[in-house]
Parts: sequence; C-alpha cells; structure tokens
Amino acid sequence: MIRRSILYFLLLAGALFTTLPFIWMATTAFKSLTEAVSPTLVWWPAEWQWHNFVETFQAAPFGRYFFNSFLVGFVVTGAVVLTSLAAGYAFARLDFHGRTALFGVVMATMMIPFEVTLIPNYVLIRNLGWYNTYAALIVPWCANAFSIFLMRQAFMSLPADYFDAAKVDGCGHLRFLIRIAAPLVKPAMVTVGLFAFLGSYNSLLWPLIVTSEDTMRVLQVGLTVFSGAEGVRLHLLMCASTIVILPTVALYFAAQRYFLESSLGSGIKG
Amino acid sequence: MSDHPTLDTGHPKPENRNPKPELSPGAFLDACAARCDDFFDHLHTRTLRDTPIALFLLAPALTILGVFGIAPLFFAIYLSLFGGKYAAGPFVGLGNFLEAFHTHAFWGSFLVTAYYAAGTIPSTMAISFIVAYGLFRITRGRGFFRTVYFLPYVTSAVAAAMIWRALLNPRFGVANAVLAGIGVSPQDWLLEPRGILHLVTSGWVPPDVGPSLALCCVILFEIWHSSGFMIVVFLAGLTAIPRELEESARIDGANTLQVIRNVILPLLSPTVFFLAIVSVIKSFQAFNSFYALTGNGRGPVDSTQNVTVYIYSNFYEYQRWGYGAAVATLLCLAIVTLTAFQWCFVGRRVHYE
Repeated sequence: MIRRSILYFLLLAGALFTTLPFIWMATTAFKSLTEAVSPTLVWWPAEWQWHNFVETFQAAPFGRYFFNSFLVGFVVTGAVVLTSLAAGYAFARLDFHGRTALFGVVMATMMIPFEVTLIPNYVLIRNLGWYNTYAALIVPWCANAFSIFLMRQAFMSLPADYFDAAKVDGCGHLRFLIRIAAPLVKPAMVTVGLFAFLGSYNSLLWPLIVTSEDTMRVLQVGLTVFSGAEGVRLHLLMCASTIVILPTVALYFAAQRYFLESSLGSGIKG
Repeated sequence: MSDHPTLDTGHPKPENRNPKPELSPGAFLDACAARCDDFFDHLHTRTLRDTPIALFLLAPALTILGVFGIAPLFFAIYLSLFGGKYAAGPFVGLGNFLEAFHTHAFWGSFLVTAYYAAGTIPSTMAISFIVAYGLFRITRGRGFFRTVYFLPYVTSAVAAAMIWRALLNPRFGVANAVLAGIGVSPQDWLLEPRGILHLVTSGWVPPDVGPSLALCCVILFEIWHSSGFMIVVFLAGLTAIPRELEESARIDGANTLQVIRNVILPLLSPTVFFLAIVSVIKSFQAFNSFYALTGNGRGPVDSTQNVTVYIYSNFYEYQRWGYGAAVATLLCLAIVTLTAFQWCFVGRRVHYE
C-alpha cells in the first residue's frame, strides 16, 4: 500500500514536470509584460490579458502563417495517404518482377539522412523555379518510405481469401483496392495521415531554406523569426507558442488512440 | 388511397430493383477503376504478370522518392567535389573532405553531436524505462499518465523551445528564480559557453573541456521532449511479456530488481535495440531544438554547433555548397557505419523469443 502510494506520487511528480512548462506558457500568454518578465516568479496573472492574442496577431502575420501551415499540411497528408496506399498495395498484393529488390530500395531511403539531400534538393527547387512557392513546401514530402511500409504491413495482414473471392466475382485489383481493401485498412490510413500532418506541421529546416518571403512562411518559421524580433515581449511570444501548439494538442486528444498505437508497432518518424 | 394512414413498421422502404446508374463520385470512381482493371487485364500475360498495374500504382511514390530521396544522394556526392561558393566553383576533387579533416570547427561539431548522443540516449532510455515500468505496475490511471507523458512529443520542438528559452532566461527565467530559492548564484544557461564540468568543479576543470552548459540545456530539453515516445514504446513491450514468466520468477523468490534484470530486460531487448538504432540516427540529425533554443543553432562561442547546424551554416550563411555537401556525405557515412556496427555487434546479443 505504501509502495503503491510512493509510486503514484513519483508518477505524478513526473507528470507535473512534463506539463509544467506548458502550464507556464498558457498562463504567461495572459500576463502583462511586467508580470511576464518579473524576476520573481509569477504563476498566475493578476488580470487576464485577453488582448494579448489580438496584439500577437497584429505584431506578425500569424493568420497567414496558419493558412500556409494548414494548406501545406492538408495537401501533404492527402498525398502521402494516396501514394502509400497505392504503393503499399502493390508491394503487398501484386506479383511483379523485382518486387523484393524494389521494396529494399524504398526501405533503404529511410537510412539516408535528411541533411545529405538538403543541399541537392535546394538546388533542384531553385532550378525548377519553385523557390518561395507552395510546390517547394509540398511536393518533396508527398511520399515516404515509412508510410509505404506501414500500408504494406496493413495490406499483408488482410486474408488473401478476400481478394480471391472478389476475383471470382469479376473484380480487378483497382476495384478491389478502392471498394474493399482501402476501407479495411482505415486505421493504418489514419495513422499514416496523422503522422504526415504532424511531420509537415512541425517541420522547420526545409521551410526555412526554401522560403524567404513573409507571405510564404509557415508557422514554425514564422515563430522563430518572431522570437528573434520580439525577444523581449515575452507575453506575446508565449501567446504565439500557445497558438502554434494548440492545433497539434487538439489533434492529439482527438485521435490519441492512433498516435499511441502507431508508435507501438513502429515509430521511426518523429 | 394515398392519404390512407400507413403503418410505420420501422423497416426501410423496399429498394428499387433496377436503379438508374447515378453519377455519384463513388460510382464514377468505381466505373473508372473497372475500366482500368479491364485495361490492365489485357496487359496481363504470363511473363509480365502484374507488372503493368504495379507500375501504375507505384509510379507516384517512386517518382517522388527517386527525385527527392535517392537522386540527391548521388548529386550530393557530385557537389562535394566542387569548391567555392554556390554550385559554380572549381573542381577540387577530394579537397573539401581534406579541408574538413583539417578544420577545427568540423571536429568540434562532431564532438557536439557525440556529447548530445551520449547525453540524451542512455538517460532518456533509463528514465523512460523506469517510468514505463512504474506505469506497468499500476492499473488505475495508466491511460491518463500515458497521455500526459506523451504530450511533449506531439508539440512542435520550436514552440516548446520558446518556452524553455524563457524559463532559462538569465534575467527573468524561472530556473534562476529556483536557484535563488536554494541559494545558488544565477547561471547564464543557454548563453553560457563554459563547460559544465568547469562550473560544477568551480574552475578546477578548464572551461573548454566537456560539453558547455548551453549544450547541457539542449540535452535536458531533448530528454523532456522525447521521453514520451520511448515510454509508450517500452510500455507496449512490457505489456506484451507473458505474465507467467514474471510470476514464476517471483515464486522462486526473485525480488523486483532481479525480475527486471533477469526476466524483463532480456525479453525487452528487441525493443531496446530498436530504440537504440532509431535514437542514434535521430540524434545525428537533430536540428530543430538546437536552432530554436539558441536562435541560430550555433549557440555561445559555437558551443552547441552540431554537425547538422554546421552543414546548415556553411550552406546557408556562407553559401559553401560543395563543402556543406562534403560534410553531409561524411555524416551519412558516419550514420551508416554506426548503424551497421550496432546491427553486427549489439544486434547479435538481442534475445528474440
């Protein structure tokens, strides 16, 4: 009994350490500037400054950053789900020459570190004339090996009898994929989509180098620029951080099951 | 008879036996798929097998992976043979690689990456395992704790770094307020280029030996930010272990530590191995937390400049594309070598059921 209480106490302390920075961020977002930068610790604002959020949106075009991040995130998510659905099905269910070798090549791309492809991809984007465009932010991320792997695993776990039965009824591969297989692997699709969105929304390095205009910036880049310019106006910076974090936290609580289950089986993407 | 009250039996109305072909998106898609299937059926021969339809399905993914994932690797090696600014410099052969080997900053950046890997991986693993084991032993509230611990992992490293920068601010940060409370002099945290060993030994160790305090703050941040992922993975591994094994060890008189050492850890070794491989690769690619915490990634006196930041600043600030590509190629080699080493020497000792 005592041991159990100690265990709960320690777990609670850990949970507090995990969440305290977020709580401090959320309350600081409502503080006045003097409270935010006071050398003595103020946990709770004396008066809740709701207009901080208005000021934040006035200080930098966060509306635009939001729009960019969501546009890029949604398109990337849709594209990744589609490409990995098709490729995963091909690797799992189709019989063609060089399937194993090709799958090996696709898996090997997971080993290539991002930094190596960074400079060549930048040169490519420049030569395509895609610098400062949505295409530069979206197209390179429309397929990835890990999603293909996840979808392939999902398709492999479907009983082969389903396809044989559909074939007897005159159903080809594409119809089988669209009508029968895809609905059956919906959990895997949701997982792939969630991680695609999260990866896109949280990415910094790539958007940092392929965009320079303020109108093309995504939230993460916008936030770093804002922190450089507004270093002292801490309450506004915490406001900005809150609104950047909020969508992913909401998404996490809405689809927790998929997040947690997917990291169990796998989890290379972060 | 139309106004005659009808009995609502709750059953759906009988469907039309011969529905007109409607033009809903679903039906249209279905018709297209059927057409394509017929077409691919024609192409299906004994020698070709499913190759045509496979190419059709694989084309989008393979195009993107090929153009933005595989081709750049070879282009990077090509670029690394040219010196000067941008991609238009003179051919220098292996000159960039030789220059890297003779540059102090290059080795410094690898050292920072090594400190970072050594500082984050073992401690994150140990903390995560302990927390996961604690969660495994409780029944009530496990889901709640799991949710809370995983939370930092889904938040953007940039936004989370903004919070930590404020907490570690030398003038008004919470960290110094806490230190003042226990009577320790305030620190410069992320702005402190002196080594942590120098500070804790009050000057006995030279300031440029060991990781700087700024780097230690980045390490601490990363442990906080990524433990949740490992906790969830460990917890899944623990719940997959058959209860009988632990129970029989208990009946034989083993205490908790013995159970962990002799029963749980060997059975968990594939999970540990997987996490080790993934986190080594990740730690060699870390960028976001460095950049967001220090404002430019390099930190005070370049003391948090890891390899990725070094590549970034050579590429983006000095426009030395060839040199940056050479360093990136070396980094790629280092990652492949380390991963292969782990597979060969550590992987052999992994216990699979």
